[in-house]
Amino acid sequence: MIEIESLVKTFGYFPVLRGVDLKVERGQFLAFLGPNGSGKTTMLRILQGLAKPTSGRVLIGGWEIPKETFAVRQQLGVVSHLPLLYDSLTAEENLLFFARLYDVPAAERGDRVHTMLQQVGLDKRAKSVVQTFSRGMVQRLAIARALLHDPAILLLDEPYTGLDVDAAALLDHLLTEVAGVKDGIRTVIMTTHDLGRAYQHATHVAILSRGKIGYYGPTSAMTTDELPRIYAETVGMMTTA
Amino acid sequence: MSATTTTPETTSTTQPKKRRLRTPYFQVVASLAWKDLRAEARGREMVNAMLLFSIMAVLIFSFALELDRQAQEATVGGVLWVTIAFAGTLGLGRSLAAEKDKGSLDALLLAPVERSALFYGKMIGNFLFTLAVGFLLVFLLTVLFNVNLFRPVLWLIIVLGCLGFATTGTLVASMSVHARAREMLLPILLLPVILPIIISATRASTALLTELKTEDWLPWIQLLVVVDFVFLLAGFFLFDFIVEE
Amino acid sequence: MQYSESRTRNLRWLTYASIGLFIISFWMIFSYVGPERTQGEVQRIFYTHLGAFFASFVLFVVALIAGIQYLRTRHEKWDDLGLSAIELGLIFSLINIVTGAIWARPIWNTWWTWDPRLTTVAIMWLAYAAYLMLRAGIEDPNRRRRFAAVYSILAFSSVFLTIIIIRVRPDTIHPVVAGPTSTSEGIEGDFAMSDRITTTLLFTIFTYVVISITLLWHRIRLENRTKLIQARKMKLLLNA
Repeated sequence: MIEIESLVKTFGYFPVLRGVDLKVERGQFLAFLGPNGSGKTTMLRILQGLAKPTSGRVLIGGWEIPKETFAVRQQLGVVSHLPLLYDSLTAEENLLFFARLYDVPAAERGDRVHTMLQQVGLDKRAKSVVQTFSRGMVQRLAIARALLHDPAILLLDEPYTGLDVDAAALLDHLLTEVAGVKDGIRTVIMTTHDLGRAYQHATHVAILSRGKIGYYGPTSAMTTDELPRIYAETVGMMTTA
Repeated sequence: MSATTTTPETTSTTQPKKRRLRTPYFQVVASLAWKDLRAEARGREMVNAMLLFSIMAVLIFSFALELDRQAQEATVGGVLWVTIAFAGTLGLGRSLAAEKDKGSLDALLLAPVERSALFYGKMIGNFLFTLAVGFLLVFLLTVLFNVNLFRPVLWLIIVLGCLGFATTGTLVASMSVHARAREMLLPILLLPVILPIIISATRASTALLTELKTEDWLPWIQLLVVVDFVFLLAGFFLFDFIVEE
Repeated sequence: MQYSESRTRNLRWLTYASIGLFIISFWMIFSYVGPERTQGEVQRIFYTHLGAFFASFVLFVVALIAGIQYLRTRHEKWDDLGLSAIELGLIFSLINIVTGAIWARPIWNTWWTWDPRLTTVAIMWLAYAAYLMLRAGIEDPNRRRRFAAVYSILAFSSVFLTIIIIRVRPDTIHPVVAGPTSTSEGIEGDFAMSDRITTTLLFTIFTYVVISITLLWHRIRLENRTKLIQARKMKLLLNA
């Protein structure tokens, strides 16, 4: 589904990504971990087609970035720690707007928006302005927005940031149930600092350290307690080297 | 997966239908403009601020320049365009800051849409808000300066001037939102660049209002049309480079 | 750009040539050409005034081309060229404005007037000063280069305006020196060109353009060296 080969990105003379190789199969849930400054954000921006790689090859669903970004973008749904929504529009208007932008066929648009609102449990607040929503509700709407066009790949950029315990639990639920993660319909890449949640959701873990993949492996090969140790070793090992 | 990119996997999961690769141009422009108008119709934060600012500016002008009738005719064009430029700058900064701060600019860029369509969509919103200021000023200046501004040719000049202003303004403001002191930087970046528009619009308005011959204001309107066209084209080519890394 | 011996030698010769040209044009302005009939000695400053204008014009055109090229190729060198050209262009147009003011004092009896030509030149100067402000305001280096290139293209509209304004505005009092003019008579400060005046004028303009190119080259070398040092520092830091 996603194939990354010796990806390099430099800002001026500073290399942020120094040759990343990564392969994500269809239906995998990859937890993308790494300390701040390890190049996680840059990596995601490249996958989203918002930044161009300096060198290397990135294939998403068989389409190459940055040459075929339109096709790539259509298969991507993004949930970020920023809401990516308009405060002064209602939940429904927000979704309708993005449905148009993603070219959801006019005939299905209304239905699709209502199904999504229902699935994230916001159908009663469809006509309310987003400004009046709590952080958790905004995040739910953001998930609905990301899934509107039924993308094959879901990118979650620190989705737990700023959520309280209840909202985070609800997000857990939404990720497994609504986003179709359990059924393996969608390929998911999630960046997070929360190792527990990473272990809980992910099928695979990749740890980025100083612009390179320091560790890659399936979660089935480790126990919950092992992941923090592996993380510390990978990150620590690279910094002292 | 093979190295060739000509045979991509079928990626749609629950929707087997073939989709268009990118959203139609006009659909993007229209929905973006609709979105801005809808949001503004609800909050009215931006338009209210712009209108209030222009009322205050005109009042200050009319106090500061206590003029006789003839001088009023000669000055009113300048007052009109200076006020439009400043009130418009106020609105522009807000319009693009609103997109950037909530990350919604990224959301727009994530969609499979042409960048220039986003530009024109944003520009239409800004154009209509600036135009609202322009037409409020027509009433206001007619009353306060006692010069009749209800003239179709003047309205044409206002439409052309606001169009040029909104085009250039959207382009420059989409750069200045990324800067540290963006509120300060926007007018500094914008005013030198929109000068061709402001000069020709002011000249045309003044020539028209002081009852000069057609030859005296027509060239300015022609120049305005040319400049508008150039900036609309510049937006088409340059906006890509502003948003794409 | 790679450091090379032959380039250094070329630049050295160009520098000597610039100095030589400047001395010759200095001599021409003050000795070869006589005082102008109606304006007298003060007219001599006009050569510098025009030379500086053409130099800044050439530099702003270079910045425009560099901007377009940067957006096309994303080569840092085009950004360096654009920045260098605009910095120098600002200096030359400042010389242009100051000498103009010195000339205007005895001729128009004022240092400054809101004549269209003067206004547009002032605006042009501000537009390029704004370019430097924009650069200072943006932290991400790639974004800074991109925006700077876009803005250098937009700012060129003010240069364009400066060039055309005296041809469309009949009410300017600024003399049109080259090309057709909309007012053929009665300009305050216009002067008849003798052969010697023409020769001196053309030679001074040529001199200033050569000087501006020489300085541009030096400025880019400076930038390259700064970058080289930065790159070495980075390398040391990463390998440490």
